[in-house]
Amino acid sequence: MSTDRPDPEALLARVKEEEARRRKGKLKVFFGAAAGVGKTYAMLEAAREQRADGIDVLIGVVETHGRTETDALLEGLERLPLWGVEYRGTTLQEFDLDGALGRHPALILVDELAHTNAPGSRHAKRWQDVLELLDTGIDVYTTVNVQHVESLNDVVAKITGVVVRETVPDSVLEQADEVELIDLPPDDLLERFKDGKVYMPDQAQEAVRNFFRKGNLIALRELALRRTAERVDAQMRVYMHEHAIGKAWPTAERLLVCISPGPESARLVRAAKRMADRLGAPWVAAYVETPAQLRLPAEVRDRVTQTLRLAEQLGAETYMLPGPKMSEAILAFAHDRNVTKIVVGKPRRRLWTRILIGSIVDAIVQGSGDIDIYVISAEREQGVSPVLVRRRAIPPEWAPYVWALTVVALSSGIAWLTLPFFELANLVMVYLLGIVVVATRYGRGPSLVASVLSVAALDFLFVPPVFTFAVSDVRYLFTFAVMLLVGLVTSSLAARIRMQAVAARQREERTAALYAMSRELASTRGVDQLLTIAVRHISEVFRSQVVVLLPGAGGLVPSGGGQLALDSNELGVAKWVHEHHQPAGLGTATLPGAVALYLPLQAPRGPVGVLGVRPADRHALDAPDQLHQLETFANQTALAIERAQLADEAQQAQVRIETERLRNSLLSSVSHDLRTPLATITGAASTILESGSRLDAQTRQELLESVREEADRLNRLVQNLLEMTRLESGALQLRREWHPLEEVIGAALSRLGKELADRRVDTRVPPDLPLVPIDDVLVEQVLVNLLDNAVKYTPRESPIRIIATATDRAVTVEVADHGPGLPRGEEDRVFEKFHRGAEGGRGVGLGLAIAQGIVKAHGGRIWAQNLPEGGVAFLFTLPLAGTPPAAVPADA
Amino acid sequence: MPEPVVVLIEDEPQIRRFLRATLTGQGYKLFEATTGADGVVEVGSRQPDVVIVDLGLPDMDGLEVIRRVREWTDVPVIVLSARGQERDKVTALDAGADDYVSKPFGASELLARIRVALRHTAGASHEADEAAFKVGELRVDLLRRQVLVDDKEVHLTPIEYKLLTTLVRHAGKVVTHQQLLREVWGPSHTEQAHYARVYMAHLRHKLEAEPARPRYLLTEPGVGYRLAAE
Repeated sequence: MSTDRPDPEALLARVKEEEARRRKGKLKVFFGAAAGVGKTYAMLEAAREQRADGIDVLIGVVETHGRTETDALLEGLERLPLWGVEYRGTTLQEFDLDGALGRHPALILVDELAHTNAPGSRHAKRWQDVLELLDTGIDVYTTVNVQHVESLNDVVAKITGVVVRETVPDSVLEQADEVELIDLPPDDLLERFKDGKVYMPDQAQEAVRNFFRKGNLIALRELALRRTAERVDAQMRVYMHEHAIGKAWPTAERLLVCISPGPESARLVRAAKRMADRLGAPWVAAYVETPAQLRLPAEVRDRVTQTLRLAEQLGAETYMLPGPKMSEAILAFAHDRNVTKIVVGKPRRRLWTRILIGSIVDAIVQGSGDIDIYVISAEREQGVSPVLVRRRAIPPEWAPYVWALTVVALSSGIAWLTLPFFELANLVMVYLLGIVVVATRYGRGPSLVASVLSVAALDFLFVPPVFTFAVSDVRYLFTFAVMLLVGLVTSSLAARIRMQAVAARQREERTAALYAMSRELASTRGVDQLLTIAVRHISEVFRSQVVVLLPGAGGLVPSGGGQLALDSNELGVAKWVHEHHQPAGLGTATLPGAVALYLPLQAPRGPVGVLGVRPADRHALDAPDQLHQLETFANQTALAIERAQLADEAQQAQVRIETERLRNSLLSSVSHDLRTPLATITGAASTILESGSRLDAQTRQELLESVREEADRLNRLVQNLLEMTRLESGALQLRREWHPLEEVIGAALSRLGKELADRRVDTRVPPDLPLVPIDDVLVEQVLVNLLDNAVKYTPRESPIRIIATATDRAVTVEVADHGPGLPRGEEDRVFEKFHRGAEGGRGVGLGLAIAQGIVKAHGGRIWAQNLPEGGVAFLFTLPLAGTPPAAVPADA
Repeated sequence: MPEPVVVLIEDEPQIRRFLRATLTGQGYKLFEATTGADGVVEVGSRQPDVVIVDLGLPDMDGLEVIRRVREWTDVPVIVLSARGQERDKVTALDAGADDYVSKPFGASELLARIRVALRHTAGASHEADEAAFKVGELRVDLLRRQVLVDDKEVHLTPIEYKLLTTLVRHAGKVVTHQQLLREVWGPSHTEQAHYARVYMAHLRHKLEAEPARPRYLLTEPGVGYRLAAE
C-alpha cells in the first residue's frame, strides 16, 4: 500500500524540468545586410562552440544550399528530421515544431527567421515557431537579413527595387537577447556572388543581378549597421536608466500616427515606427471612422484593418476613433493621451478642393497647439499593397432613384395645381421640399438626381417659353443656379445626418446586444445555463456557429450545448489557444487553416476556457471592430463563467463546512451515546466478576438486566447509524411489494413488544384498506421508530394510537401519543439529524430522520403536529403508485 | 434420551464462548468449527441433531455450507445473521435452512429455535402426535379438520384451512412466502406473494383477538410468517 511513494530522484528531476519550462529561452539573432554574408556559417560555428561546452544542441532547420564549408560544420551535430507537409500534390519539407518541442534540447538552430511556413503548418510564419520554442524555455539561434525587418521593409524596397514579402515584426528582434551583426564589406560579398557562392531563392536571375549591385549593398550594409547601432544605443540608454546614470532625461515623448484608408498608410506606419524608435518613445496608431467612411468599399476597410494590424505588429497601440470629423477626433485623442508628435500623410486632395474645403492636415495644424506635426510624403508603396483584395459585387439599387423621379414628378404636379395662385419663385420652394425629402430618405445619389431633375422640370414646365428648355429671361439662370446649389448643399447635409444616424445605430445595436447578453448572464446561475446563453447571443450577433470549451477530464470539453462540432484538428487549435492564451485559427496568423476562430476566455484569475466561432461568412470577422466586439463578448462570457465557478466553489466550501459541522456533532453525540451504555455494561460486568459471590441474588439479577438493556440500546443505536448511512449513501434500494398495512403495523408492534408491554395501543385499520406498494422492512422501521419515539417521550402507561386512512391516491398513517407534545416551532426540526428532544434524550436523534428518509424514498411525506387534546401526532403518507395486483381469487 | 448433539459453525470466538456456556448448560453436546470446510466435516462425522451456521464465515459463504450439508442430510439447520439482511435470510431458507436468529440475540431466543427444530425432527417419526396442535387459546384438530378459539369453533374456507395447516406443520419455524405459496397454491403461483398476505389477513381476523397485534400468526418482515408455538 505504501509502495507508491515518489522516488526522490524522480521528484527532483521533475522539479528541475518544471523550472526549465518556466524559464523563457534566450534568442540570439545572427543579423546580416544581405544573403551570402555568412550568417548561417557564423551561427553553426557558435553552435559548435556551445556543443563543445557540453550544451545539448539540436539543428532544427539549416539551409546550407550545398556550400561545402558550411556543410562541414554540420558534422557531429544532431539534426532534427524535417516534416513533410502535403500541399497541392507536392511534399514541402518544413521545420518540425512538435518534434523540437518533444525533443526539448537546450539550444536549437532555426535558420531563416522570416520564412513563411507551408500551408497546413501550425503557424503561418517561422518566427511564430521560434516564439513558441522560447516560451517552453528552449534557447534559439536564428538568422535574418535586414530586408526582412518589417519597419525597414519599405526603405529596402526603395533602395533595391525589390519588394520583400517575408518580414519579421520588429518586436521579435527587440525581444532578442543578443543580436550579432555578421558584416562583410560589399566588395567581398560581390566577389562571393560572382563565384556563385551566394544563393537567393525564388528570385529571377535578372532581379538577383539587379539586387547585387555595389550601391545597393553599401546602402543595405549601412542600414544593417545603423539598425544594430540603434539597438546598442537603446541598450545603453536602458543600462544608464537602470543604473541612474545621467541626469536630464528628455521629457516623455509620445507619437501618434494617423491612419487613412489610402494604400500609403502602411508606409506612414513604418515611418512612424522608425521615428518612435529613434525617439525611444511609445507610439499610437489611430484611425478615425467618420460616417462617410462607413460606406467605403469593403476592400478599403480591409486595408485599414491590415494597416492597424501592421502597426500592432510593429509595437503600436491601435485605436479606432468614431467621430464626425477626422481632425477633431485626432486632436481630441492626442490631447487626451498627452501625445507630443503627430505623424500624418501629405494631403492628396487636389489644390482647388483644399482651397475650398481645406485639408485635414491644415485643420490638424491649426488646432495642434504645442503638438509637433510631421507631414510625411504619401506616395504609393511600390509593388502590391499588402491588402487582401476581395471584391464583393454590390447590386445597384434602382428603387431610390425611381423614388427621386417620382418625387420630382409629384412636386411638378403640385406646382402645376398651385400655379394659378402663386408666383413662379414660390414654385421653387415646392421643388426644394421634394429634394429635402429625397435626401433624408434615400441619401446623396438620389438627391443629386432630384436636384438636377427639379431644375430641368422647373425650366421645362414653368419658365417661359413653356415646354422648352430655352430661357427667355436671363435672370432665371440665376434662379436655377441658386436652386441647384441649395439642392446640392441640402442633399449633402441630409445625407451626412443620415450616415451619422446609421453609424450611431450600428454602435447602439452592438452595445445593446452586449448589454442584453450581460444582463441575461447576470441573472443566471450554473455554468451550463451561462454557456447556453452566451452561445445563443454570440451566434446571433455574429451570425456564427459557436462553441465554448472548458477544461475537463482529459482536456478541453465542448460544454453548454455548443452548435459547432469539432474534429481532432480543431480541438488541437483550441488546445493551443488555451495553453498560449492567444487567439488562433480562422483569420489569424496562427493555424489559419482552421474552420473556426478560437479566442481564449480570459478571466481575472486566469484562463477559463476557449470560445470557438465559425462565421457563416468566412471573412465576417476580419473587420477590427467585429473582432474587438467579439473579444468584448468573450470577456463578458469569461467573467460570467468565472463568477459561476467562484459561486460553485463557495457553495462547495459551504457544504464542506456544513458536513464538517455535522460530522463533529455526529462524533460528539455518537461517542456520548456509545460510551454511556458501554460504561454501564463494563461496570455491571466487572462488578459481577469481582464480587459475584458476595452479591445477593437480586442485585446480581438487576446488574445483569441492566447489561442486557444497555446492550439492546447499543444495538438500536448502531442499527440507526447503519440505516442512516445506507439512506444517505443512496445505497438504499426499495423492494416494493403490495402489502396489507395491518400486517406491517403488527410486525412493528411485535418487535417493540417489550417496550410496549405496559401500554395500550389503539390500532384502527379499516378492513377495506387497500394493499400498499411498499418495502415492508423499511416501513416497519418507520413505525418502529415512531413508536419508539412515542415511548421515549411520553409517560409510562400513557396510551398510543395508530390510525390508517386511505384516499384514492395514498394511505395516511398517524401515530399519536398523549405526551407533552412538541415545543412550538419544533414540528419541522424534529426530523433533522441529531436533533433530540429536551428531555428523555436517550438516543442519537436519528430515528425520525431515518423515518423521514424512508418515507421520502417511497414518495410520501411525513410531518408532526401537536394535537389539541394534548400529545403529538406523527403522520406519514404512502402513495398508491403503480398497478395493484390482480384480485385474489376467492374460495368458498 | 441421549443428550442432543449440536454442531456450531461460527468464527467469532466470543460468540462461540457464549453459546458454549449456554448450550452445554442446557444439556446439549456441542461440537465447534471455525470455518465452513471444517464445519461440513464436523456435520458429516458427528451426526448432529441440530446445526447452527453463521452466514458470514471467513473461508466460504454460509449458504455454501447449507447446500453441501443438504446434499446428504435433512438435519435441521439454524442460521445466524444480522438484521437488515432479510434477503440473505430468505436465500438461506430457500437453500434449505430451517430457521434463523438475528444477531444480536438472547440465549432464550436461540434455545426456543433449537427446541422447535428438535421437536420437528421428533414429530416426523411420530406422526400421530401431531393430530392436534394447541397454542394459547388456539386449537387445531387435524383429524376432524376443526379449528377452535376459546373453545368456539371457527369456520375457515378451504384455502384458509390449508394455509393454517401448513403453518401448523412448521409451527414455531419461519415459513417464507415462497414456501407458503408452493405448499398452499401450488408451484405455479409462487409469484403471487400478495395471495399469502391477503389470506393471512383473513386468518388473523378470524383467529386473533387483535388482528393488528397478533399473538399466533406472526410476521417476519421481508422473510415470511411464523406460527407461535409456545
